[in-house]
Amino acid sequence: MSLRLELRGVRVPLAEFTLEVDLLLDRPVTTFFGPSGAGKTTLLEVIAGLRRPAAGVVALDGEVLTDADGGRKFVRPEYRQIGYVPQDGALFPHRTVEDNLRYGFRAGGPAWAEVVAALEIGSLLDRSVRELSGGERRRVALGRALLAAPRLLLLDEPLAGLDDALRDRLGAYLRRVRETFGVPMIQVTHAADEVLAAGRVTRRGSPAELFVPTGEPQYRLRA
Amino acid sequence: MSPETLRVLGFSLGVAALATALIIPPGYALAWLLARKQWRGKTLVESLVVFPLVLPPVATGLFLLYLLGARGPLGGLVSMLGAGDILFTGKAVVLASAVMAFPLLVRTARVAFAGVDPRLEQVASTLGAGRARVAWTITVPLAAPGLAAAAVLAFARALGEFGATIMVAGYIPGETATLALSIYQQVQLGRDAAALGLAGLSLLLAFAAVALGEFIVRRARR
Repeated sequence: MSLRLELRGVRVPLAEFTLEVDLLLDRPVTTFFGPSGAGKTTLLEVIAGLRRPAAGVVALDGEVLTDADGGRKFVRPEYRQIGYVPQDGALFPHRTVEDNLRYGFRAGGPAWAEVVAALEIGSLLDRSVRELSGGERRRVALGRALLAAPRLLLLDEPLAGLDDALRDRLGAYLRRVRETFGVPMIQVTHAADEVLAAGRVTRRGSPAELFVPTGEPQYRLRA
Repeated sequence: MSPETLRVLGFSLGVAALATALIIPPGYALAWLLARKQWRGKTLVESLVVFPLVLPPVATGLFLLYLLGARGPLGGLVSMLGAGDILFTGKAVVLASAVMAFPLLVRTARVAFAGVDPRLEQVASTLGAGRARVAWTITVPLAAPGLAAAAVLAFARALGEFGATIMVAGYIPGETATLALSIYQQVQLGRDAAALGLAGLSLLLAFAAVALGEFIVRRARR
């Protein structure tokens, strides 16, 4: 699936620094890698429409979603069709696994049976969310986001806080999801090995080297 | 129980229920605004809401008396709305109880709303849920135990209201006589046994309210 995500002159004042981002993404999978507090989650929130930047433009496939410069446009998250999976999954604790999965279901996206099969969550459907293990939670959260037919999927630290064995298994699920459903993904992580687990490394280096404009795609995260 | 006691009990329960029902919509809304939003004048409103909790109830009653009096700022409005006289009627009892129970309702409900993880609401919105659906399917169900506890507390507070009520409604048998007012009246008349009986009844009601609150919170924890 093709994707063209643009962030132009996005500026978000944070407690410690002001996050400034200019980037153009047109690859199926992008991983942002940086230490905690670098503004990775904030970046995802801006893309998902959960946070309004002080300035800048966010556009997906030519459609302006946020214009905090002249246009003053802001598409609310419920109209963006951008999936967001926070680190802990943020499953709704008062609903069963199946109710969680159905919450955002949209026809036209990945099929129910395929998602359930790919993530192997069929046996969990009747369970209460509170009974799930860490790995199960993340698979259900991933499935819930996929079933809402996202144009783009944002994953916040998808593999953080898991032991090695679980991380490998979940990494395999992530790859399977990418191959099966072809939904473009942006993920953020603070762990170098997760960048590798995600697939091919396109560029490697210190933040200064990575985030200086060097042609396309451009990443610039400036404190 | 004498018919008179029964009538007082019924009236008190009715007043407390009506007062609670009246303050629930604005109280929950305000609690949500205080828990979730930043806005101008928030600190001022926060202080105003606490006032009836820290002021002597009699003082609150006195303010209400002036506000609602025929020449008070709200008196004209009230008669314009066709509500007629409020002071020294059952309506005044309900109003005084509502005003006194409001802070407790708002503060407890605010904690309930603040306890709902905003991440859950955010994720719901990325799944296509608009604000109303998020509120109805995520925020309210998760805050429900706390909201119910807030209502029970407000009800109990309204049931025990005395200071503000005596100012705006007085003690009029069959008209404004609540449990609390009757206890005071019986003591004034030297009928200690009757007063004690009514006080015992209050104790039972308070116990029931606290037990109900505990039950709701425990059931939600499971």
